[in-house]
Amino acid sequence: MYQENSSSWTFACYTHDVPENGGVCVKVNEQQIALFHFTRIDAWYATQNQCPHRRQMALSRGMIGTQGEIPKVACPFHKKTFSLETGECLNGDECSIETYGVKVEGDKVFIGI
Amino acid sequence: MRIVIIGNGMVGYKCCEKMVARMAPGSMEITVFGEESRPAYDRVHLSAYFAGKTAEDLTLATADWYAENGITLYLSDPVTRIDREVRMVYSHQGLAVPYDYLVLATGSSAFVPAIPGVEKEGVFIYRTIEDLELMTRWAPKAKTAAVIGGGLLGLEAAKALIDLGIKSTHVIEFAPRLMPRQIDEAGAGILKAKLELLGLSIHTNKNTTAIEGGEHIEAMSFSDGDRLKTDMLVISAGIKPRDELARASGLATGSRGGIIVNEHMLTSDQNIFAIGECALYNGMIYGLVAPGYEMAEVVVNRLTGGDKSFTGFDMSTKLKLIGTDVASFGDPFISGEEVKTIVMEDGYKGVYKRINISRDGKELLGGILVGDAAAYNMLLQTCKNKLVLPPNVEDLILGARGGEGDAGAGVAALPDEALICSCESISKGAICSSVTDGGCETVEAIKKCTKAGTGCGGCIPMIKDLVNHSLKAQGKYIRNVLCEHFQYSRQELFDLIRIHDIRSMDAALDKLGSGHGCETCKPAVASILASLWGEMILKKGNATAQDSNDRFLANIQKGGTYSVVPRIPGGEISPDKLIVIGQVAKKYNLYTKITGGQRIDLFGAHLSDLPSIWEELIEAGFESGHAYGKALRTVKSCVGSTWCRFGLHDSVSYAIRVEERYRGLRAPHKIKSAVSGCIRECAEAQSKDFGIIATEKGWNLYVCGNGGSKPQHALLLANDLDSETCIKYIDRFLMFYIRTADPLARTATWLNKMEGGIDYLRNVIINDSLGMCEQWEAEMQLLVDSYECEWKAAVENPEIRKRFSHFVNAPEEKDPTVQFEALRSQKRAAEWK
Repeated sequence: MYQENSSSWTFACYTHDVPENGGVCVKVNEQQIALFHFTRIDAWYATQNQCPHRRQMALSRGMIGTQGEIPKVACPFHKKTFSLETGECLNGDECSIETYGVKVEGDKVFIGI
Repeated sequence: MRIVIIGNGMVGYKCCEKMVARMAPGSMEITVFGEESRPAYDRVHLSAYFAGKTAEDLTLATADWYAENGITLYLSDPVTRIDREVRMVYSHQGLAVPYDYLVLATGSSAFVPAIPGVEKEGVFIYRTIEDLELMTRWAPKAKTAAVIGGGLLGLEAAKALIDLGIKSTHVIEFAPRLMPRQIDEAGAGILKAKLELLGLSIHTNKNTTAIEGGEHIEAMSFSDGDRLKTDMLVISAGIKPRDELARASGLATGSRGGIIVNEHMLTSDQNIFAIGECALYNGMIYGLVAPGYEMAEVVVNRLTGGDKSFTGFDMSTKLKLIGTDVASFGDPFISGEEVKTIVMEDGYKGVYKRINISRDGKELLGGILVGDAAAYNMLLQTCKNKLVLPPNVEDLILGARGGEGDAGAGVAALPDEALICSCESISKGAICSSVTDGGCETVEAIKKCTKAGTGCGGCIPMIKDLVNHSLKAQGKYIRNVLCEHFQYSRQELFDLIRIHDIRSMDAALDKLGSGHGCETCKPAVASILASLWGEMILKKGNATAQDSNDRFLANIQKGGTYSVVPRIPGGEISPDKLIVIGQVAKKYNLYTKITGGQRIDLFGAHLSDLPSIWEELIEAGFESGHAYGKALRTVKSCVGSTWCRFGLHDSVSYAIRVEERYRGLRAPHKIKSAVSGCIRECAEAQSKDFGIIATEKGWNLYVCGNGGSKPQHALLLANDLDSETCIKYIDRFLMFYIRTADPLARTATWLNKMEGGIDYLRNVIINDSLGMCEQWEAEMQLLVDSYECEWKAAVENPEIRKRFSHFVNAPEEKDPTVQFEALRSQKRAAEWK
């Protein structure tokens, strides 16, 4: 769900910096980006770090998982969940989050913004 | 087709919503005029505004919604004239909009009786958010307030005054009883007694003759010569249909107000409809939201070529008034030769139930419920659908006695056309088919797909029964499964994880589950692993399965900082340790507060400061208080026999012993405890998951108490125990709870669901009826022996310590968005943005 052409790749961190099946917050320019790794299937996702519900910088500290086939993250504040693919809120709320591309080269992780 | 809707209240909005859903985009041009400054909001739940809901929370749809759906919305702009000849409306602000069809949804205003002095300051009506804002501004000046009107809206207004903090509130009703339209005299008597217990003063048979005072209200006087001093008055004596525009345009109106409509909601002009509280159908104004929605449905149906008619509406209602259930259904007052009435009145508990049965005992005609309306949905359905009554009709309100009551059989007996959600008019058939054909298997899914249960919410218990019923009918085994990833109950999962010796979240998913977990199963499995094996919870791989507070060993607070709670066993702390807490708080600029559990909470710690804060606390002899975990929190104590002249035993020492035994123990939910040194019970042990009270001969052990939103007293499990036996019983009790409770069930809920209740529990714990006690004691001992302070392990492990930074690529930087505000020489978190 990202536009490979319009984005430029920024080095974020090393693969081992990200906890297994969890997330970290990456500072890209002055933006806060949440980066997630599903170790079980070696899938990477990146989204804005701010939860739009109460505008808290917290998504990177949330629990990740799946709803059916959709990978998702739950905000630690009020457990709003968002699709990591489309950014849509999975609790039926109007709000949604930005998603970004991720690529891994060797042990380096890049985010496309 | 050009449609103009005048009025943007709940019914006007519902009309828009139905048009958008059912008419082809581009086929119509909708213009809405609203008099108020905000788009339509939920007036039914207006009093929630005082209970903390904001105007935004109450909004039904934002202005953007109207724009996105091609509706032109003019707010703060009432229509002042209709030219029926040329089909044009003119607004206050000078707009002229032509129409093919006009819908009047002008609603009603508060009926204000012509009492001398009503214009004085401090006299309010209760209708709009603006009214509430005016009341809110006035209330701080008022010690006493009165409401004229003891009907539904009047009592809502009285509740609002209580919420505004008014010390003394009076309700003045002209009729001889409260809610004269809904309930009978006996029911009103019970309701009055309940409301008086809450501090309301109720005056019936009172006719207000004047409002006294200078510029603002000072007192009210009544026809019987009485006088009541008051600083504030809310008039809620009924509604008056807003028909002035219709009247001025020459439409037929009723002699006592209301725009006359036929069964198609058409007024005397074939191009003008009227719906909601302004419409007079068959000589009646329908002052509830559900019939208004039904009228909107009729209009939209007509405009799309249907031939639906409005044929009156069932005015059965169920309300919660100031915490008291009040319901009436069918014909609540019917009496005479052909009717038999059954009444149950419990003046002690404040419950009144009345049902009216046909003389032959075959049909339920109506009834009234006050104080306990749990049976309302089923009674209403029985009445509406003329269901066969049980042989002992009184069972309907008394419950089946001496046999097994089966609530599930109730919904099965309903016909498919039975209306379950009357706000959205959704039938049983529609709900059941969304389960069987639409794949909706939860109440949430049903709400999303059918809208049932999204109005007043009163039908939700019934929707739940219907979901279970439909699933059962499909042959789906309804099991209390954890979530989509694990088709097991927590208890089954606990046993399986133990049998398979599973040690990680990933292994549990691979061996017992599917998919990649979620915020429900991850913490549940992580908690089971911790309860079973007693391993450090942030062990590699399991850290991210912990709920996010457990993952950072601290409680996340508003703004994204954390709070720190060191363990202070029994609430006993030395001056030196107090000084250390003060020094640490000062050094890291933390807000400090004494908690309800006799310890000290330090708020406002940045994630990256947590390890250094804990290093200093551990150095001074503190350890984790597990305030972030579903784990043992505190064991409170009173000072006991070491100082207190009444104390029987040393409650502090025993509390410390108990707290140190179970510290770090992970459970389905948090566990709290307390020890009191005598029956005066200063430690409040009977409100705890397990509480201990000293007796002349030993200790009494109470279990399964709870504070919180549904307080419940603990029950006596055993008395006069010696210290060793008491701990043995607690070991058994806790292990039984940990093994068998559902995720996030406190001990009180767990016991409430247990068949046989406390007697069964006592048999298991004391008489070892399951033969498990020896094993449980051994398992508990293992956990006690394997205890280590999580924070000590965390700060000493560089891999774990590394996780406590906000930016993975700039670990030394703190989250720049964190903001504080000053508060009484300390700080607080900045308000939500």
